[in-house]
Amino acid sequence: MSLEKLELFEVFLRSKRGLDHKHAGSLHAEDKEQALEYARDVYTRRSEGVSIWVVKSNDICASQEDDSDSFFDPSDDKPYRHATYYDIPKEVGAM
Amino acid sequence: MAEYNKSEAELEAVFQQKIDSEQKIEPKDWMPEAYRKNLIRQMSQHAHSEIIGMQPEGNWITRAPSLRRKTVLLSKVQDEGGHGLYLYSATETLGIERSELIAALQSGQAKYASIFNYPAQTWGDMGAIGWLVDGAAIVNQVSLQRTSYGPYSRGMIRICKEESFHQRQGYVIMMELAKGSPAQKQMAQDSLNRFYWPSLMMFGPHDSESAHSAKSMKWKIKRETNDDLRQKFIDQTVPQIAYLGLEHPDKDLVWNEEKGQHDSGEIDWEEFYAVINGNGHSNRQRIQHHVKAHEEGAWVRDAMSAYQQKKLQRKINAETAA
Repeated sequence: MSLEKLELFEVFLRSKRGLDHKHAGSLHAEDKEQALEYARDVYTRRSEGVSIWVVKSNDICASQEDDSDSFFDPSDDKPYRHATYYDIPKEVGAM
Repeated sequence: MAEYNKSEAELEAVFQQKIDSEQKIEPKDWMPEAYRKNLIRQMSQHAHSEIIGMQPEGNWITRAPSLRRKTVLLSKVQDEGGHGLYLYSATETLGIERSELIAALQSGQAKYASIFNYPAQTWGDMGAIGWLVDGAAIVNQVSLQRTSYGPYSRGMIRICKEESFHQRQGYVIMMELAKGSPAQKQMAQDSLNRFYWPSLMMFGPHDSESAHSAKSMKWKIKRETNDDLRQKFIDQTVPQIAYLGLEHPDKDLVWNEEKGQHDSGEIDWEEFYAVINGNGHSNRQRIQHHVKAHEEGAWVRDAMSAYQQKKLQRKINAETAA
């Protein structure tokens, strides 16, 4: 891989133990070890994270915004999956 | 990295210090082997309960009394399947494979919540299961949102959010029956009578009898004891039974002003242990059904793998041609 065309990696940071890793951004690197070090250098300069994940961008399979209508449509007409669909009298307490 | 220089005792001290200061343990952290084993046992048991729990309710999907009730029940059973998946995946972060977990369930080596060994005999049972069984599970799961293992805690948070409708849909079924004809009200009472005590058993043995409790509390796998959680459930259920106008199944239940909670009658522990040890009404049927479904699904897994091979071969052919 030439210096001009390094592999693209996505960077995920866990800001605190117990929380999910969140997408922070991306960077170019030769390999995953280097990507991890770069991510530390550029994305956690102010203690933003206690753990870093790097993933090759090419390895991410993503849904397409343009397809989202048909992709997510099946859950739109199912209000009964939400608690608010059911009327529960106040007298019986929180449920 | 510094862990290589530390002794087992030092590592354990660091681990316990994380726990004591309310920090979560994450998959790649060092952890005592017994902590890992204890978690695998509890989390896989929880996952198995979600999956086996699909059976008593799945039994009523085709017989639900209206299309609306059928869609609601179907949706709930789908959720249970999804929650089983979340929990199996979280358990796998501890370095055990799905196939091992399933094998342990099918051989009887791993347990699941005993409540699912009680048959669902009437439509009223769909109400009682949602209201009482999910209600008891939610009390436990709300507490487990604060468990010390990160993936388990995050799974519980997601599950609690999604499950909030389960208990409510069950209670709505009970309200409809309780307001209905005398026969319908009787059906509601009968379901309440049969599911009340087994729901209390879901919290496990008394603290004094519980084999895993002390260690689990020290490691904050569990955050509240069996008896404390059970008491919460008993207290919250009293006004719910009263509102339905049904008789409370516990004749010894009285309000204790001093303690600010209800005193209640004793659970039939003989029944509890009989069902746990395989002698409930539906134990064999539940596992047989699981094995059967798994075996009958083999062709789907084979087809998926064959299709994968075919796609791969096509790609190779295209590349060779180009």
